Amino acid sequence: MSASTTEEAKTGMKLTLKIWRQPDATSSGKLHTYQLADVSPDMSFLEMLDVLNEELNAKGEDPVAFDSDCREGICGMCGLMINGEAHGPEVTTTCQLHMRSFSDGDVITIEPWRSDAFPVMKDLCVDRQAFDRIIQSGGYISVNTGSAPEAHSVQVPKDAADRAFDVATCIGCGACVAACPNGSASLFIGAKITHLGELPQGQAERDSRVVDMLGQHDAEGFGGCTNIGECAAACPKEIPLDVISQLNKDLRTAMLHGR
Amino acid sequence: MAVSGLIFIGFLLIHMYGNLKVFAGHDAFNEYAHHLRTFGEPMLPYGGLLWIIRVTLIAALVAHVSSAVMLTIRAGKARTTKYAVKKNLASSLSSRTMRWGGLALFIFVIWHLIHFTIGKVNPTGGATNDPYQLVVDSFGLWWMVLIYLAALVAVGLHLHHGTWSAMQTLGLTGSPRARSRAKAAGLVIAVLIAGGFALVPLSVLFGIVA
Repeated sequence: MSASTTEEAKTGMKLTLKIWRQPDATSSGKLHTYQLADVSPDMSFLEMLDVLNEELNAKGEDPVAFDSDCREGICGMCGLMINGEAHGPEVTTTCQLHMRSFSDGDVITIEPWRSDAFPVMKDLCVDRQAFDRIIQSGGYISVNTGSAPEAHSVQVPKDAADRAFDVATCIGCGACVAACPNGSASLFIGAKITHLGELPQGQAERDSRVVDMLGQHDAEGFGGCTNIGECAAACPKEIPLDVISQLNKDLRTAMLHGR
Repeated sequence: MAVSGLIFIGFLLIHMYGNLKVFAGHDAFNEYAHHLRTFGEPMLPYGGLLWIIRVTLIAALVAHVSSAVMLTIRAGKARTTKYAVKKNLASSLSSRTMRWGGLALFIFVIWHLIHFTIGKVNPTGGATNDPYQLVVDSFGLWWMVLIYLAALVAVGLHLHHGTWSAMQTLGLTGSPRARSRAKAAGLVIAVLIAGGFALVPLSVLFGIVA
C-alpha cells in the first residue's frame, strides 16, 4: 500500500451521495443528497451504505432501503445503478465493489434499476419477480426426482459442458436489463437458453423453452433487443453477447419446427 | 428487421454498381439506365424488372419501419422513469443513432426519389431526360454534393451497426470469433457502400466526370 493510500485510510474519504429516495411503490421519489465522511477505501460499497444508514438511524431518519443477501457476489440480490453504471465501475456485483474504486471528494449518484418490469418497492429496492416468472415459463428441465443417476450414463462433450457452465454463472441480478437502452432482458434469457440448450437434459423442452420464455419476457413489458451491447458490458458475470445469437438461433429452429 | 435490412444492403450494392457506370462515360451510363427497363424482355414487360424491385423494396420498407416503430414503442414503455445519470459503456455512435439516423435516411430517400426518379429535378435548369446529364448538372453544385455526402454518412453509420445486428438477430454470431467477424463485415460494408456512392458526386464536383 502506498503512503498516500495509508493516509487516506486513516483520514477516510469524504463523499457526496445522491441517493434515490422513494417511500413506497405508489409514491413518487427523488434524489436526496447526503454527505458522508470517514469512508475507508477498504469498505465494500454496501458497507459504506450501512455506515450511512447508521448515521441516519442515529438522527432518527429513515434508513436507505437496498437489496443484499450473500454479499459475496454469487446470489444476484444486490444491484444498484452507480454513477450511471450497473453495479458501478468494476466488473463485479455491487457487494464486491469496494470504496477504493472511488476517490476523496467524489459525487456518487445511486439509483435503482430502471425498468417498468422491475417496479421500485422502496428507495433502491426493486421487485424482480418478472425474472422468476420467466424462469417458471421455461427455464427448467423436467426430470423425475429420486436417486441421482449414474454420472456417466449421459455423456456431455467437454466444449458443451464448458459453455453451459460459463453461462450458468448468470445470477439473475438484472444488470443487463438496467443497462439496456431498450430495457430488454435478452442477455438473461439467452444465458438460460444457452445453459440448458448445451446439455443433453435440456433437449426435450428446447423448442418450447425459447418460445415460452420469450413470450413471458414480452408479456412482462421488457423491451426488444437491438444488439447495442450495453448488457454484456454491465454483466458482473461477463455473459457474452453470443448467447443472444443463440437465443435467436433457437427461436428460428423452433419456428421451423412449427412452434 | 434483419431480413428487410439485408434486402436493402443487396439493393444498395446493385444500385452502387449502376452508379459507378458513370465512369464508363455518357453513353454507357445512359444505356445501363435504359437496359434496366428492357431487362428480361420479352418475358417481362418494359420496366418489369424495376417494378419487381420496387415492390420488393416497398415491402421491405414497410417491414423495416414497422419493426423499428414497434421496438421504439416497446423501449419507451420498458423504462418510463429515466436515469439521472447513465453512461454508455459498449454502445457505438452507429448503434445510438439507428433511430434518428433511420428517420433521416427515410426523409433523404423521399428527396432522392423526387430528385432523380419521380420529379427528375435538374437544379441548373438543363435537360431532365438524359440521366447522365442530370447527374453531372446536379453534382456540379457544391450544396447538392453536401446533401448527398451527409446522407452517405448516415447510410454508413446505419450499415455499420445494422449489418452486424442483422447477423446477430439471424443467430449467426454464436461465438466470439463469429461476432468479431460480423462486426468487421459491418465496417467493410459501411465503408464500401458509403465510399462507393460518394465517388460519383465527388468526381463530378472535382471535374473528373464531366
